[in-house]
Parts: sequence; structure tokens; C-alpha cells
Amino acid sequence: MTARQRRMVLVGVVLLAVGGAVGFALKAFQDNLQYFYSPSDVSAGKAPADRLFRVGGMVTEGSFKRPSGSLEAHFVLTDYASNVTVSYTGVLPDLFREGQGVICRGKLGANGVFVAEEVLAKHDENYMPPDVAETLKKQHANNGAPAPVAGASSPTTGPTSGPTT
Amino acid sequence: MIVELGHFALIVALCLTLAQAFFGLGGAATRRPHWIAVTRRAVAGQFVMTACAFASLAYAFYSNDFSVLYVAQNSNSQLPTFYRFAAVWGAHEGSLLLWLLVLSLWTVAVTAFSRNQPEIMISRVLGVLGVISVGFALFILLTSSPFERLWPAAQDGRDLNPLLQDPALAIHPPILYTGYVGFSVAFAFAVAAMLEGKLESVWARWVRPWATMAWLFLTIGIALGSWWAYYELGWGGWWFWDSVENASFMPWLIGTALIHSLAVTEKRGLFKSWTLLLSISAFSLSMLGTFMVRSGIIESVHAFASDPSRGLFILIFMGICVGTALALYAWRAPNFRSNVGFAVVSRESFLLMNNVLLVAATALILLGTLYPVFLDALKLDKISVGAPWFAATFLIPILPMVFLMVPGMHAEWKHASFGRTRNALLAVAGAAVVLSLLLALGVYKWHSVLTLVGFIAAFAVGLSALIEPVTRLRNGHSLSASVVGMSVAHFGLAVFILGVTTVESYHLETDLSLRPGSSAQLGAYQLKMNSLRSIAGPNYDAVESEVAITRDGKEVAVLHPQKRTYRVQTNPMTEAGIDAGWGRDLFVAMGDPLGDGSWSMRLQYKPLVRFIWLGALIIALGGGISVTDRRYRQRAAAEAPAKAAAESI
Repeated sequence: MTARQRRMVLVGVVLLAVGGAVGFALKAFQDNLQYFYSPSDVSAGKAPADRLFRVGGMVTEGSFKRPSGSLEAHFVLTDYASNVTVSYTGVLPDLFREGQGVICRGKLGANGVFVAEEVLAKHDENYMPPDVAETLKKQHANNGAPAPVAGASSPTTGPTSGPTT
Repeated sequence: MIVELGHFALIVALCLTLAQAFFGLGGAATRRPHWIAVTRRAVAGQFVMTACAFASLAYAFYSNDFSVLYVAQNSNSQLPTFYRFAAVWGAHEGSLLLWLLVLSLWTVAVTAFSRNQPEIMISRVLGVLGVISVGFALFILLTSSPFERLWPAAQDGRDLNPLLQDPALAIHPPILYTGYVGFSVAFAFAVAAMLEGKLESVWARWVRPWATMAWLFLTIGIALGSWWAYYELGWGGWWFWDSVENASFMPWLIGTALIHSLAVTEKRGLFKSWTLLLSISAFSLSMLGTFMVRSGIIESVHAFASDPSRGLFILIFMGICVGTALALYAWRAPNFRSNVGFAVVSRESFLLMNNVLLVAATALILLGTLYPVFLDALKLDKISVGAPWFAATFLIPILPMVFLMVPGMHAEWKHASFGRTRNALLAVAGAAVVLSLLLALGVYKWHSVLTLVGFIAAFAVGLSALIEPVTRLRNGHSLSASVVGMSVAHFGLAVFILGVTTVESYHLETDLSLRPGSSAQLGAYQLKMNSLRSIAGPNYDAVESEVAITRDGKEVAVLHPQKRTYRVQTNPMTEAGIDAGWGRDLFVAMGDPLGDGSWSMRLQYKPLVRFIWLGALIIALGGGISVTDRRYRQRAAAEAPAKAAAESI
């Protein structure tokens, strides 16, 4: 082989390797996308049954239940049109409380309870996840539910996550 | 009054940066020496004025002047003095002022350290830096002035965000910004070379120290942020593939590619247009990072500002800078062809692979970070890309790159035969496999093939980095700072890989409920909660628990994790209790009260987690050593006397 042919072979090998890597990455990418659904979507059965997704809403006042001394908590997420019951075992983020906007990542159980692997809340009392705010705005336009407090807040800080199991 | 003076100083600084941009670029284009002389004066002036503006804002914080809106929003009379200074860059407006100040510091550094370089070139560089300064000064004055008054003045401030009241985070933004902004110097040199239409190898020698310094600061800044997230966010992770982490990591990866590509351009006169493209990309990604963080398009720890006009301004400004640079590149790149060849196996080809793989890794992260943003902007879908995707795909290009480093460090230029180092490399490969098996089977338990691969990578790179310094010292040869710097940085990467592999493979984590008197088991450790008590800090109240850790009946540590409530912002904050050690960290964080006197607690065992940040610091140290190399201080004129004489006026 001449030097030129060798170089062409090298370029070909590199292209194949890069192409393979990109193909693999895109495939993995498709499998790892997590879609966001509102409680209304979940109630309407739009959410997938067998894969991870995220659901966001406000924690309904008075819905938070946790047996004394236990780590397993139940609460209801709402977008003021539909509700989803969430169960989560573990340490909740610092700013989790009733009346707050949160995002949960997990899977839908057979009994319709959303089993969260992770609960995200923001470090600001006026914070509402933009996703939630938008859903609420839509609901508001449709049937006059309470208007969102704020799309996002001024000096916000970040999501503290619960466990990443 | 002081604040109005600061505002005025910033306006004067804007005027001076306009002069710097105009006379710098114009002076070089028309070859007027007195214009070039004015440029240097303008640089000094704009630096002094920007520093005055910054000082006036700092004074407003120090003196608790709550008639200034920005101070009222981000400080409080109870805030300790040190954090009052850190609060200057605690939110959007002040952090942009810091950005501008850092940029003018880099500009001053360019004027100070370029005395031996052609006047025309430096004039262009200063002109381009001036254009960037104009953009950011305008941005602050038009959309984000920290000097606005609040009338009537607030009784007291809303306090600095409790998350930011921490020493590591107080210095994280300035250091990170120094890195981000530092790439503007390499960018300016690239634009200057393209305007000139010529690029000699000596150009790469001028740019290398600047690119390395920027990259060094970025390394330390990212490591500090990671360390802070580890202990202050309270959950013990060290990297979350959060959008804003990615925003700082992408310029780092491209910066790493750039400093390697510059080596080829300097030594062999190759990869010229590629180096230019990387210089443009590194700075573009820094700007993109600023845009993503500041515009609020991405939800994150750092997304302070959600004002769309701000995001739009940065986007337009970024479009102008990057668009112009790329257009110039498209026009001038054909001038930079080089006809020197190199063999398939040579240092050039190893560095080329390094570059290709680093750019591929950056492209993957860019895809994962921006794809959800695009889908959302187009109202197609709301999605997020999980951290597992980043973690898995990042390894596809990076693992081969790490293994190619092992021989790559010793490959000769033009045509690599490994004549001198073949035996040493084989010994390194054997030793790496043996040591890794010992570690994966002897010290720890078998975990996975990937763990073993990680250990082999760490030992192979670490030992390979030692070959050069050890053989040279043994043969009595002297070591140049470049060689030491390279070896140290690569050794640091090995330390980092060892830390990452171990902590990701062998960490233990459990959530459980504890009450005073009860205990729990974590691996070989017993943790017992002794007591709970309330305490009062300077500007917060807290519940503190005392957790005693024993191993085989022997006391290891007593930790005091806290759950704080800051009095002004009332957000609860987790202060983890950490027993830090070289071999492992034990990490205890309090969750919330469970009603019957017990608390939810998170307990973690993190083996070798300190190696992650230690490795990053060693990498930065390597960069620091390599910029002290003598050849960067040699007179350029002595290298290419005729050329320099013709160019300087």
C-alpha cells in the first residue's frame, strides 16, 4: 500500500468508528429521554406504563401522609383539573411542602399510583416549575382554576434532588 | 452617591472600551502607531473605571446600603462581612459586572505580557477584546444594572441565598469566570491571525500560555463547583450532568483539545485552521454557557435571571461575535493550509485522535443539553435527558481517548517508532493490569468489567506519565517545564479516573430513620445517633444531631449534621456531616422530622471521593507548571527577526 492508500484506510476506519459511536449514542438517546406529563395527561392514560417519565404539579394541601417514623410518603399532585397519587420512599428535598410545585420522576404502578424514584423541588417559596405553570395556565384558560403564582422566580436556586436510586 | 459614581464609572468604561475597539482594530488596519498607542491607554483606563464601578458596588454591600435595589435583594445587615463581599456576585447583575472586571483584567494582562510581540498583532487582539468588552458593558448598562436605587429604601435586605453562604462557593464564580473569560484571549488571537491572513508557528507559542491559563482556571472553577455541590447541596453526588455543569464542561473539553492542537501547531506548523476553529469554539461555548445560565431557558441551580430580554441580548451578541469570526474563518481558512506530512503512527496522529474524540464528547453533551431546549422552544414535547445517558455515552469517546494517551505521550513527531520507550510502555501495561486486578479483587470486591477497565486506565495513564520524567532524571538530563507540566497534568487525570471509578463502583448509600439512641449499619460502619439539639447561628437557627460512627467497636468519628433555617429567607438547608479521609468519606445528612422524634437521614460511604478533586487540582497544577516554560518568555524578535521587524512599526 502506498502512504496515500494507508491514509485513506485510516480515514475510513475513523469514519466507521465515529459513525458507529454516533449511532449507538442516538439509540441510547432515544431510550433515555424522559417525557413530562401533567396529572391530566396521566389521568387520561397518555403516560406510558412501562418506562420512566416525569410528572409535575402542585402538592395538594392536606394530602401529605407519612406514618410516624416511616420513610414511605404519599401525597397527591394536582394541576387543578386532575390528580395523581404519588408514593415516595426516602429523604424528601428541603423545600418539599404542601402547596408547592414539585416534579417527580418515576413509573406508574399497576394501581394507578405513581412510584417516584426522585422528587425535585426548588429552593424558593414562590417557585413553580415552568412546566407546571404552563399546565396551570392552560387549565386556567379552560375552566377558571387558580392562576399560577409566578412562571419562575427571581433569585432562584436549584433543584435539590432526592435519592437517585 | 458612591453608587452613582460607580454607575458613572461604568459608563466611562464603556466609552473607553469603544475607543479600545476602534483604535485597536483601526490602528492595525491603517498601520497608525499613535492609534495603537491610544489603544493601550484605553485598556488601562477601562480597567481602572471597571474596577471603580465594581469597588463602589462592593462598598454598597459593605456599608449595608439598602437603598440600592441589588443590595437589598441580596444582602442583609446580619450577613457576615465576608459573605457581604461574596454577595456582590451572588446574583445576575453583580456577576456580570464581575465578568466584565475579569475581562478587563485579562486585557491588561495581554498588554503587560506582550511587549515582545508584534505591535500590529497585539493591537488587533486588544481591539477584539474591546469589542467583547463593549458588548458586555452595554449588556450591564441596558438590561442588568446593579446600580439602580430603591425608593423608599428597604429597612433591611432579603439576604444572600443561604446556598451561597459558603467559602467554596464564594470563590467559585470568580475562578470559573476567569476561565470562561480567559478563552476570549485565545479567541482574540485567532481573529487577529485571520485578519492578518498569516499564521506562523510562533503565533501558537504566543497563544499557548493564554489558552493554558484559561483552561487552568476553568479546571479549578469546575472542581470547586463540584466539591461545593457534594457537601452543600446535601446529597453527596459530585457531578449531576446538570445543564449548567455541562455548560462549563463543554468549553473545558474544547479547551483541552485546543491546548493539545496548539502543541502541534507550534511544533510542526500543522492543524492551523483546526486550532483557529477550536479557539473560536472554546470562546463560543463559554458565551453559550453564559447565555444558558443567564437567560433562564434552562432550569438549574444557577438560573438566576428569567428576563427574556437579557437572554435575547446575549444571544444576539453571541451571534454577532461568533458569526463574524466564523465568516472570517470561512474566508481566510484556505490561507492556512500546510503541506507537511506525518505518518499514520506519530505524535501528530495521536493528538489528532485526542482532538477528534474530545470534540465528539463535546458534541454528545451539546446534543443532550440543547435537544430538550429546542423541542420545548418548538412546543413539540417536554423532555429531559437523564444523567445515565450522559454518563454512558460520554465514555464512548473518552475511554478510547484515555487509552490512546498511554502510548500517545511517548510517540515521536512525524513518525513514531517508540524505539526508546517500547519496553517501558510494555512494563507499564503489565503493571497496570496487575495493580488493577489487585485493587478490584483484593482491596475491593469484584464489581464489573467497567470498574476493572477504569482501574487499568488510571494505572496505565498514571505510570505512563511517569516514564518520561523518571528516565530523564535517571540519565541526568534536565527536564523542561513543558515536559514536567504535561506529565503532572496527565498524572492528575489518572488520579481523577481512579477516584471516579472507585466512588462510582463502591459507594454505599441508604436512607433510613434514626432517633436519639438508635443506630444503623453502613458497610463496615455502625452509626449511632446520640442526641438532637437546637442551636442558633449568626443568621440562622438549626437542629443539630450528633452521630457517632464506630467500626469494629472502635470510634471513627463524631459528626454533627444540621438542618438549618435561615431567618430571612426561611428556606431549610441541609448541612451535611462529613468525616473526610484519603481512603473514604463518611457522609451523614439530615432529611426531615418524621413525627415520633426520629428523623429521616441519608448515610453514605464514598471511597476515594477526594481523589476526584485532588486529581483536578493536580491537572491544574500541571497546566500551571507548563506555562512557566522558558520558551514562552523568549523574545519573539530573536526567533523571527526579519518578520517581527517588518511588522512592528
